[in-house]
Amino acid sequence: MPSVKIPRKSTDTDMTPFVDVAFLILSFFMLATKFKPPEPLTITTPTSVSSAKLKEQDAILIQFDSAGKVYLTVNLLKKEDNALKLDFIQRVNNEAKLGLTESELQKFVNFSTIGSPLSELKAIFARPANEWEKINQKGIPVDTANNELQRWLGASSQTFQGKKMDIMIKGDNNAKYPSFKGVIEALRANDIFKYKLITDPKGVPPGTDLYQLRQAGKGIQSES
Amino acid sequence: MASMDTSGGDSGHKKGPGVKKAKKLSTRVDMTPMVDLGFLLITFFIFTTTMSTPNTTRLIMPKDEKDPEKQTEVKQSGALTILMAKDNNLYYYEGQMEGDGSNFKSSTYKEIRDVIQKKKKDVMLLGRGLGYNADSTDKDFVVVIKPNSDATYKNTVDILDEMTINNVQRFALIDITDTEMEAIKLTEQKGGGK
Repeated sequence: MPSVKIPRKSTDTDMTPFVDVAFLILSFFMLATKFKPPEPLTITTPTSVSSAKLKEQDAILIQFDSAGKVYLTVNLLKKEDNALKLDFIQRVNNEAKLGLTESELQKFVNFSTIGSPLSELKAIFARPANEWEKINQKGIPVDTANNELQRWLGASSQTFQGKKMDIMIKGDNNAKYPSFKGVIEALRANDIFKYKLITDPKGVPPGTDLYQLRQAGKGIQSES
Repeated sequence: MASMDTSGGDSGHKKGPGVKKAKKLSTRVDMTPMVDLGFLLITFFIFTTTMSTPNTTRLIMPKDEKDPEKQTEVKQSGALTILMAKDNNLYYYEGQMEGDGSNFKSSTYKEIRDVIQKKKKDVMLLGRGLGYNADSTDKDFVVVIKPNSDATYKNTVDILDEMTINNVQRFALIDITDTEMEAIKLTEQKGGGK
């Protein structure tokens, strides 16, 4: 009986398409990746059903972490606006009589984040700006007795008059309500009633009123 | 793998004696290390990519009105007050709080949606009875949100979000009163703070 010869097949598989796809994905991720800018504090934001995307724009960012420490950051997109930042810190310096020197003020222009009571700013500003992140700052006081954020915001609304500045609030999940309330109070005292809360997206639960509105093509928040 | 056809070509030429035929080397390159590296990079980029950009929720607060004349009046029949306490506890009452706390109920963040929806329906029915326009039968519906100092920011945003989800047009974020604090404390002591 003639034995049927099974042709010996190579166990090598052609990996070319596989490699092609792999590198395609690789290049996609390399191009799509946007590295997060270093942040002075880690905040896990709560989720919301809001559909408005966060836009990069001139903004005053108020952050508070889980311990309730409040930080204020001035985000300006254009380098030309740095003079405004200087003007802003200069204003606070004059009003609160902090006694900061010109070169110390310049540090704020580069760092743009404030996270200390006014009384301690002099000591913080005396140190080089690249060390600021490592300093365990106390946060801006926002309690009813001494709401310093109110002064900061007062100075900011004077400085950035006529400029479209958005107020953004970014809070940590575990922050207690009083720190949020302190921020709101400070804003309210400065007659600022519209602001944005930065949140993570979440799906709309089916069957609710908003779900039906979205289905009908309504209820989507405008960008501005 | 990417291989070139090396057979043929010079096969027609006869080499003279003494000319050694060069050993045919395979042009196949072992791509395994390259692939390894490729996937390593893929995983790296997948993990570092921030795919979902954060969203923003608009919040518009009312002006602090000192003048009682201008303060917004809330109809008792349309008011729902939500109190937020520590450990994700939630309490609510409809209308005005009874002195004996009989309408003071505890709830959770999952169940509160049903409470809001039910109340909204009730108010809309009532509004229809009062002869309001069809599109504004819920105009008497006001949710009063009162977080106490133990509530977290997440709780606050969750409830504000609930307002969006249930399409509540009017809501207010107000400080908690002492009587309400007392009521929460009493409920917690009773062990009802579930």
